[in-house]
Amino acid sequence: MVMAASETKFHVLAVDDTLIDRKLIEKLLKTSSYQVTAVDSGTKALEFLGLNNNDHHDVEVNLIITDYCMPGMTGYDLLRKIKESSSFKDIPVVTMSSDNIPSRINRCLEDGAEEFFLKPVQLSDVNKLRPHLMKRRTQTNVNKRKSMDEIVSPDRARARYNELEVK
Amino acid sequence: MDFVNQLQRKFIDYSSSLHREGIVDDQFTQLRKLEDENSPHFVMEVASLFFEDCEKLINNMAIALEQKQGVDFKQIDECIHQLKGSSSSIGAMRVKNACIAFRSFSDAQNREGCLRCLQQLSHEYSLLKNKLQTLFLLEQQIVAAGGSIPRVH
Repeated sequence: MVMAASETKFHVLAVDDTLIDRKLIEKLLKTSSYQVTAVDSGTKALEFLGLNNNDHHDVEVNLIITDYCMPGMTGYDLLRKIKESSSFKDIPVVTMSSDNIPSRINRCLEDGAEEFFLKPVQLSDVNKLRPHLMKRRTQTNVNKRKSMDEIVSPDRARARYNELEVK
Repeated sequence: MDFVNQLQRKFIDYSSSLHREGIVDDQFTQLRKLEDENSPHFVMEVASLFFEDCEKLINNMAIALEQKQGVDFKQIDECIHQLKGSSSSIGAMRVKNACIAFRSFSDAQNREGCLRCLQQLSHEYSLLKNKLQTLFLLEQQIVAAGGSIPRVH
C-alpha cells in the first residue's frame, strides 16, 4: 500500500515518568490521529531517538512532548539535549508540568520549547500541536523539492561544476 | 428495554451525584469523552492504575511518618506531589484537595498535622474508590443487559 506523504501520521514521542499521565497523553495523542511512542524517562527518549549511540537514527519523530518534573533527567535537561543535537534540534519540543511556575515556563520557552502545557493536558492543548508539525512538514517538502530539481537539471549541475573549476 | 433504560438512568443520576459531591470534577468528564469503541474501558483502566498508585503512596507516607528516628519530610513531599498530580489527572477532586492541605503541614514539618491529613486522605481515597467501583459496576450491568453507556456530550 503506497501512502502519500500527506497521509502519513505524525509520530509523537511522549516522555513522562508517571504511568497515569503517560496513558493519558498517549490516549489524547491517538485520539488526535498521531502515532505515539511513550517512554518513562529522558534517557529512554534519547535512546529511542538514537542519540546515545553514534548510530544513525532509524525512527522518524516529528514532535517530542515531555513532562518537566522527572527523576534523573528533567524535561528541561531533555529539551536542552535535543536542541544541542545537530541531528535533532529541528524536532519541535513541548513541555508539560502540573506546577504553574512562570520562571520555569519562560525558561523552557526561551530555550526552544514550542509550547508549555499545564497538566492535566486537554484535547484543546493537543490541538495546538498540529501547526508546529505542519510547518515542519511543509519546510521538509520544500527542501526535498529543491534538491530534486537540482538532481534533475544537468545544465545547472554543469554550471556549478564550472564554478568549481574557476575556483 | 425498560430494564436497560432504568439502569441507564441510574447511571446518569449516580454520575451526576459524583460531580455534585465533588468526588470528581470536569477532568473526569474529559476522560469520559476520550472513551470510544477502540477503548471502551479507558476510564476504568486509568482508575485502576490510580487506585494502585494511591494505595502505594498512602502506605509509603504512613511508614515515613512512623519513623522514630525522624520523619523524612522530603519523601512525604514527593509522595504528595505525585498523588496531587495523578489525582488531578484523573479528576479526583477531593483527593487532590486533601493533598493540597497535606502539603502545607508537610512544608511546616508538622508530624501531627501530617498524620491527620493522611487520615483524611485515606478517607477521601476510600470514598472515591467505593463510588467509582459502584459506577463501573453499573456500566457493566448496562452492557450485560445489552444496553450502551450513556455518553457525555
